[in-house]
Amino acid sequence: MARPMDEIRWQDVEIGGTCSEPGSSREYKTGSWRSLLPVVDKDMCIRCGVCWLFCPDVAISQSEDGHFQTDEEYCKGCGICARECPVGCITMVIEEE
Amino acid sequence: MAKERKGIEVSLAVAEAVAQADCDVIAAYPITPQTHIVEHLSELVADGHLDAEFVPVESEHSAMSVCCGAAAVGARTFTSTGSQGLALMAEIFFIASSSRLPVVMALANRSLSGPLSIWNDHTDVMMVRDGGWIHVFVENGQEAYDHAFWAFRVAEDPAVRLPVALNIDGFIMTHMIEPIDFEDDELIKRYIPEYRMEKPLHPDNPVSMGCFGMPEIYTEVQMSREQALVDSYTTCIRAWEEWESLTGRRYHPVETYRTDDAEYCIVTMGSLGETAMAAVDELREQGEKVGVIKIRLWRPFPFDDIYRAAAGKDALIVLDRAISFGGPGGPVGLELRSAMCCRPQAPVIVDYVAGLASRDVRVEDFKSIMLEGKAKAAEGDVCGYTLYGLRG
Repeated sequence: MARPMDEIRWQDVEIGGTCSEPGSSREYKTGSWRSLLPVVDKDMCIRCGVCWLFCPDVAISQSEDGHFQTDEEYCKGCGICARECPVGCITMVIEEE
Repeated sequence: MAKERKGIEVSLAVAEAVAQADCDVIAAYPITPQTHIVEHLSELVADGHLDAEFVPVESEHSAMSVCCGAAAVGARTFTSTGSQGLALMAEIFFIASSSRLPVVMALANRSLSGPLSIWNDHTDVMMVRDGGWIHVFVENGQEAYDHAFWAFRVAEDPAVRLPVALNIDGFIMTHMIEPIDFEDDELIKRYIPEYRMEKPLHPDNPVSMGCFGMPEIYTEVQMSREQALVDSYTTCIRAWEEWESLTGRRYHPVETYRTDDAEYCIVTMGSLGETAMAAVDELREQGEKVGVIKIRLWRPFPFDDIYRAAAGKDALIVLDRAISFGGPGGPVGLELRSAMCCRPQAPVIVDYVAGLASRDVRVEDFKSIMLEGKAKAAEGDVCGYTLYGLRG
């Protein structure tokens, strides 16, 4: 587990700001940036996978039943999935604090 | 190459030095405003005299990008540019230092457009003054040759690992033929042994370089960069001492000429120092107590060295080679005003900007600048700057 960025002192910064722990960007949960959450109407969904294809953050995955689900830890709420869904089954809903 | 003295164009001597340094990767845009430095290196590589990758890229932006990639995997890396080439390179220039990649660049200092010009002054380097590189200025061909090795020695030191810009006045120096003492290859190998980078970019040990710097960490990364540049001073000095022990030629961050009893001094950076010395000799014959202070190390700025040279003098008359438009003076004058601020026995700073785009600054010009500057200091007319030789 990478150390939280706001605990790193300048003396601890690796040379050149190098990050020697590959894949550590997973530690950074970008879901906190979100103000709108995509909500899928499963009855309308045709399981085409267009939302999965277009998600720029790889925050959509396919579940065992063939439907697509949002990873709320990383989804930034950009709304591209809702814009691209050919049957309009994704609605962007304002999230409470 | 064996030890010998040669009459040679300074650009070619720098290229020969890079070859003697056994450079691994050279990336450069080969057309204007390039000098003969990379042209000659391309010949040395093509003819089999230097075993290196020569990458003739399509722009200086790509040249510095290739250098960063090469330096990241631990290659000894070199490029050269100036003027508009440096402007186009600027984005990656800053990334080389923030990523702590020890690229060495010969910066043939030339004026920036517009108006369109590639003659000599320091407007290009001052654009990247705050780019986090080590900057050294040389005065003649011998110094340019010597500092090519010094640049690699300092840049690649594990305690430093920063890029170094070797500032050589364009045309005035790069295109001059001068007598230069070449050192033999064995001596160079002792001074800069084969480069072994700690933790290079390698598939066996993957790391991320050039990471995203969120607001939570950006300040800390910048401080680590600042401290590295400030700390590089000791390595700069040690590398000059080692060079002296091998060759007998000694360099200092600030060089002085006839300053001991001087009441006022002219401050130069780059090739005009030699003209200033000739002017000082003539003024001394007229009874003027004058000297020359030459700044060799521009970044990290040698505050204490410059203060030691300047303390107790009445005035420093600065010869700047660039304008800071809308600002209070040229970059060197501004720096000296800051360096002297709040120090006891500090001289006043009288700032002149001259020699823009290779306009000649002759011995006579230096003499009139020094005498006029002395009078200005006496009158307290020391704010702002004077554009010397301006018509109208």
